Amino acid sequence: MTTVPVCDIRDWTQLNVNPAPPNGKRVVVAMSGGVDSSVAALMLHEQGYEVIGVMLRLWAGEQGVVDERTGFVHNRCCTPDAVEDARALCDAIGAPFFLKNLEEPFREAVVEPFIDAYLHGKTPNPCLHCNRTVRFTHLLNIARGLGADYLATGHYARVVKGDDGLYHLYKGVDPQKDQSYVLYSLTQEKLAHLLFPVGHLTKPQVRELARQYGMPLANKPESQEICFIATGDYRQFLRRHAPPGAIKPGPIIHVNGRNLGRHEGLPFYTLGQRRGLGIPWHEPLYVVAKDHARNALIVGPRDALRTETVEIEQVNWILGEPDGPVDIEVRIRYKAPEVPAIVEPLPGDRARVTFPVPQQAVTPGQGLVFYDGDECLGGGLII
Amino acid sequence: MEKQYVYLDHSATTAIHPDVLEAMMPYLTDEYGNPNSLHRYGQRAQRAIEKARRQVAAVLNCSPREIAFTGCGTESDNLAIRGVAFALREKGRHLITTPIEHKAVLQTVKQLEEQFGFEVTYLPVDAYGRVSVDDVANAIRPDTILVSVMYANNEIGTIQPIADIGALCRERGVVFHTDAVQAGGYLPLDVDALNVDLMALSGHKFHAPKGVGVLYVRRRTPWLSTMTGGGQEHGMRSGTQNVAGIVGLGAAIEIAHTDRDAKNARLRAMRDHLVGAILEQVDDVQLTGHPTERLPGHASFVVGNVDADSLLLGLDLEGVAASSGSACSSGAITPSHVLSAIGATKREAMSALRLTLGDDNTEEEVAYAAEVVPRVIQRLRQYART
Repeated sequence: MTTVPVCDIRDWTQLNVNPAPPNGKRVVVAMSGGVDSSVAALMLHEQGYEVIGVMLRLWAGEQGVVDERTGFVHNRCCTPDAVEDARALCDAIGAPFFLKNLEEPFREAVVEPFIDAYLHGKTPNPCLHCNRTVRFTHLLNIARGLGADYLATGHYARVVKGDDGLYHLYKGVDPQKDQSYVLYSLTQEKLAHLLFPVGHLTKPQVRELARQYGMPLANKPESQEICFIATGDYRQFLRRHAPPGAIKPGPIIHVNGRNLGRHEGLPFYTLGQRRGLGIPWHEPLYVVAKDHARNALIVGPRDALRTETVEIEQVNWILGEPDGPVDIEVRIRYKAPEVPAIVEPLPGDRARVTFPVPQQAVTPGQGLVFYDGDECLGGGLII
Repeated sequence: MEKQYVYLDHSATTAIHPDVLEAMMPYLTDEYGNPNSLHRYGQRAQRAIEKARRQVAAVLNCSPREIAFTGCGTESDNLAIRGVAFALREKGRHLITTPIEHKAVLQTVKQLEEQFGFEVTYLPVDAYGRVSVDDVANAIRPDTILVSVMYANNEIGTIQPIADIGALCRERGVVFHTDAVQAGGYLPLDVDALNVDLMALSGHKFHAPKGVGVLYVRRRTPWLSTMTGGGQEHGMRSGTQNVAGIVGLGAAIEIAHTDRDAKNARLRAMRDHLVGAILEQVDDVQLTGHPTERLPGHASFVVGNVDADSLLLGLDLEGVAASSGSACSSGAITPSHVLSAIGATKREAMSALRLTLGDDNTEEEVAYAAEVVPRVIQRLRQYART
């Protein structure tokens, strides 16, 4: 993969942005106020698109960061500062900027399933749900409804239209930043209208561009936390939002059947977790399963975490579902390395995944994403 | 049709009229005197604001002594209501208003209720947002000290029968206030004909600049000022006056009420064309507010199957500046209290569209909007279903 010298940014042909020269086409850019989406908007503007900046207002929960000057409580996402940064960038490039309220779909499609998944013994990744529903369904539809040809975001991934006439999703060129994992649910219909401009750049190149254009946010820290949990403490969030009595203490049981103690509530533990169990034992103990029916936390030695086969649901195949089992690579969580796997499509948008080398802590609720080298082929949610 | 940008949000604010700006310019430059100063700078500024006061008094058919200039319509409403409530607190603590008032009125009576022991009755309104005089008569009690009913509604344009309500209040010995901010540039403001004791106006709604309002208080009305200080504006509103703004307001109210009927007839014709075009071309759109008893340039709708904020965004991109009925600050959507009061569902109350025309709109602009609005709604609906 060739990298793109930042000085050539005005030349769209260097970027291999799909699928054609912009010719004044309208693009809605989902702005976060951060450097990636800001640079994306800047690039598209420089390439000749009619840019419209939109920031989503997704969550107005009561739990938030208290602004020390004003006492105003706000969330990590769409803070007044973030709004102002995005607005300033749009002003600078002469683009209109709007705040779009999607609190209702976000609550229904992301926050409630997040709570529900935890209550059912899973460890959800809300970004996957948000991208499938809110960002790349609702916002994409709004963009199209506003007469935009494309929706663009600051994700590190690439969309390329192949000779086969299909849209292919590739990893971002920066291996440290690649975000193709959270985009596995994109379909041909959606990819045809999506642009990920910074996916063709490395993070240092993006920062350098921001600096060259005098953007004030070139040194902003990365945001990694769940956007609607301002304090970063999902346990506290669950205590506050779960129905009363839904989270109960229960037994901690060893895989050999022995009762070892009490847990505070299944949602507060994660598969593979070793610390914080508070049980003296002659060998290291790990959380190896959650028995939802018995409200029991199952612990055991590291070996008990090994999984050879797992089923996934809500499976998406970007290039179409294969006829039978395929030998590919998969990631079992966001930052996990790819490992070999045999994926066999099952009816009802499911698939069975078999690992030739057993994997540790394959966690229900997380995304399992398919790869062929640099290309993301799709994925599903671990059952 | 060639792309243009059409401003159809005159209920929010208006452009400063060129003649108004011209009248103001000296007071933004050389004539910077404080009207309360003794020297000639002060005297010239004083003469300027007294001329403006006479211009307002001529339109209101009142004495200039009954006019105070304020900072905005909200301030005028606050001073009016709180001033009567405080002055008559020993006589009674019952206030009557409507659920469709501007927040300047609603939040003021709410504070009087929650913090100062007053009691508030909210009059019922019909499906058009109209108050009935009979309901006012039934609501008045021995301890009622103030009735406050807006002249015309900002969200749905409906005009209230304030002359009749005022007559009733006078007969029953109750002070009557009207928030005439939306009516200011369009409807007759003769306070005797309207039987009004207190009235609030805002300059920027009729081509004066922002930051200047009017409070009318009829002589001998029990009222005390809650803006105390140096005693400016006959002690009604202390604080150094916004001289240029006041001069602008005086010029603007005179311009607005010259040939008013002819200008209103033109606005009504353009408005009716726009409303007709939209209702004819788009399904699931309803006109809100009264079909005829409404502000001349005011059109308001509930648009089904479209997010209000997406609709405004789409209209802006295609060159039509519109607004929604619902308050939309920092991206939070709340249902319109006005639409809720006239019986709209929560979803309807969150999908309002308001198009308000002004004298500076041309027929060509209205024709453009009549073509753009249906197209934008239909395109949003096309992609809304998934």
